[in-house]
Amino acid sequence: MLSRVADSLYWMSRYLERAENTVRQLDVTMGLMLDTGVASAETRWRRLVAALGKPAGLEWNGDLESMAARLVFDGLNHASVTFCVTGARENARQVREEISSEQWQRLNRLFHQIHSPQAQTQFQSSMNDAISSVVDGIHLFQGVSDTTMIHGQGWQFIRLGRYLERAYATATLLEVYQGDLLHAQDQDDSGHQYLELVGLLRCCTSFEAYCQVYTADLSPGRILEFLLLNRDFPHAIRYCVDTVRNAIESIQHTGGRRAPDELLATIGRLHAMLGFTTIGEILGGDAAGFLHGIREQCMRIHELIYRYYVHYSIQSALAV
Amino acid sequence: MNAGHAVELETLFGDYPLDRAFDEMREADGEVRPHYRALAETLARLPADELQRRKQSADLSFLTQGITFTVYGREEGTERIFPYDLLPRLITAAEWDRIERGLTQRITALNLFLRDVYSDAKILNDRVVPRELVYSCKHYRRQMRGLQVPRNVYISVVGSDLLRLNSGEFVVLEDNLRVPSGVSYMLTNRRVMKRTFPQLFQSYGVRPIEHYPRLLLATLRSLAPEGRPEPNIVLLTPGVFNSAYFEHTYLARQMGIELVEGRDLVTHDNIVYMRTTDGLKRVDVIYRRVDDDFSDPLVFRADSSLGCAGLFNAYRAGNVTVTNAFGTGLADDKAVYAYVPRMIRYYLNEDPILPNVETYLLSEAGERRHVLANLDKLVVKAVGESGGYGMLIGPHSTARQREEFALQIEANPRNYIAQPTLDFSRAPCLVGDRLEPRHVDLRPYILFGDKVNIVPGGLTRVALERGSLVVNSSQGGGSKDTWVLEAQGSTEARE
Repeated sequence: MLSRVADSLYWMSRYLERAENTVRQLDVTMGLMLDTGVASAETRWRRLVAALGKPAGLEWNGDLESMAARLVFDGLNHASVTFCVTGARENARQVREEISSEQWQRLNRLFHQIHSPQAQTQFQSSMNDAISSVVDGIHLFQGVSDTTMIHGQGWQFIRLGRYLERAYATATLLEVYQGDLLHAQDQDDSGHQYLELVGLLRCCTSFEAYCQVYTADLSPGRILEFLLLNRDFPHAIRYCVDTVRNAIESIQHTGGRRAPDELLATIGRLHAMLGFTTIGEILGGDAAGFLHGIREQCMRIHELIYRYYVHYSIQSALAV
Repeated sequence: MNAGHAVELETLFGDYPLDRAFDEMREADGEVRPHYRALAETLARLPADELQRRKQSADLSFLTQGITFTVYGREEGTERIFPYDLLPRLITAAEWDRIERGLTQRITALNLFLRDVYSDAKILNDRVVPRELVYSCKHYRRQMRGLQVPRNVYISVVGSDLLRLNSGEFVVLEDNLRVPSGVSYMLTNRRVMKRTFPQLFQSYGVRPIEHYPRLLLATLRSLAPEGRPEPNIVLLTPGVFNSAYFEHTYLARQMGIELVEGRDLVTHDNIVYMRTTDGLKRVDVIYRRVDDDFSDPLVFRADSSLGCAGLFNAYRAGNVTVTNAFGTGLADDKAVYAYVPRMIRYYLNEDPILPNVETYLLSEAGERRHVLANLDKLVVKAVGESGGYGMLIGPHSTARQREEFALQIEANPRNYIAQPTLDFSRAPCLVGDRLEPRHVDLRPYILFGDKVNIVPGGLTRVALERGSLVVNSSQGGGSKDTWVLEAQGSTEARE
């Protein structure tokens, strides 16, 4: 497939995943602010912004509603939901003939929904409805992508974008939270601590899944284990990395003229790092450094995807 | 036709006006032409709401298929459904035969002209076409001099514009030898029409056009560089912002070839490659939908980012075929157009089968005086423009517009030609629940590879505004399906 097309599909997918992540974290943060907890609104907002990778232009101004609207609708801010959805649609439009009509219609509907003149007033009157309709739109798109598209290279690049973005975002989130939460007292009878932990799980839509594995007995160590090392839960970093590896192997399998050695080595290393470690080792060592390492390797994988599939030099391609 | 139908036909026609312009459906005395009778009877038989229902279902079909074009100069909502009319335009076998022979003759001569001008220039030495005219044409490409193009075919995809005059005779208005568009509308119109009037379609015996993409692919393949038996053929599009982007994606999909943009291509050692996830893949034939100017920044416009640097050199080296060839715009310059009948006589020693529209060259002092004195009656066009841009329609113009054009003509007479305002033919269109006549032209699509191939049909473009003479899609025109009837089918319909 054309490199440009692969590039567009990859970014379409990354942008949508990013939009979903932003919306979900905003939703959870605003929910937590309803309780007079240990942390002030400003602290929570700062933590949210940090978990989104510290985008500029989102400094706390004291008014939650306007801040939230900015995070959703400010099309000039690269972290905003509007910016991400627009970016996804623009990428899809460039490769309109490569995706199914169903995919295009879902994405287009989401785009028009968020750009409609009423969107902002609706958001102010009922934030929950607005947020869940965005999430619904993205979920619909993902479902339709899986059911209406040939599971060939194009689909693999979509998976690559979605899971690499998710692994990176989850690692960022955990890195931000681990300082606050994981060192807090395990026993806390006021219930605030419990809410914070539920919030962290909800940021990754993983509260119910966690309960199925560990019961509702929330402990920071187990949460970290679940979100980092679970091999069956789609929001766990290990699952994401497995999927990325699997997608790259499929791409390699269907193309196969050039072996992306360094890419396979890098992804294999990350895969092994997550597969052959215990939560005890991570908590006993440098947890923050471990999470930071995951982020760095994700970035490296992104660069290598580009180097092998998109922006390769003519010389390297002709040498084969 | 029984009496009841006649009454319903009367209401359908209402105050349908007939005047000097040739009406495709009706004779001057109001009688329906023989080959249109079956259509007229079907319309008379259908209840009015049934016609509306079919119109709506056809609308929906265009919508869901995403058949759109882009209108320039608007931020939002730039993609529009291409407007169309529900009633087919009919062309008899005899009429088509003449069109086909005429176009084949004309394209052959134009191709010989291009080959001649870019090699020995005999026609210029023999003073049949003035030298200044050719060398002052902005679409003349010096880079093409002495270059051998595959099979000597310069123009492999052509969409000529024909008009039918008062006499019923078809004339050629424009040759469109650069990157003619609209063929996707011809194909999609047909698909929708077959669903809208299945029985009528079957009873008429309409010649098929659906094999156009296959013919186009065969044409492109026949032009592949030698030694490339399994050529990699691609369609080069300027990208998603181009007005014909839908057509580019449609044709690429129908032919099963890759749709590439300039940024997908790289050249190395005079070979063109496309960048794929699996490395570089050699490109052998490029069906180019990008203008000359934007094709290669090293040779043509340096500020273009739509093309591929080094493409022209690879083309020159014979490693890749680009079609249409560069510099073909020379032969559809509107002033050079005036000489096409002379080219036909010069190269083929034949009389033109399809005549030209009478054309005044404004570089000639005498003709210019006449035109400037009669600006309110004539149509003035810039020679290098297309798509209905850069045009003055005298009878529909204001005094101020005429003044502006007169100044422009005086400043650069070579850049303009003038033609009489043509009373070209009208065909019935469904407007509300009535039939009303609208001006139509006809754009058949001609392919030229190892031989000239014309699919029987084309795009009938309609000026949707009452009385309007402008049929260009960029200026509010629409289209109709065009049914070319089988020889025996047309006689049956007459009975």
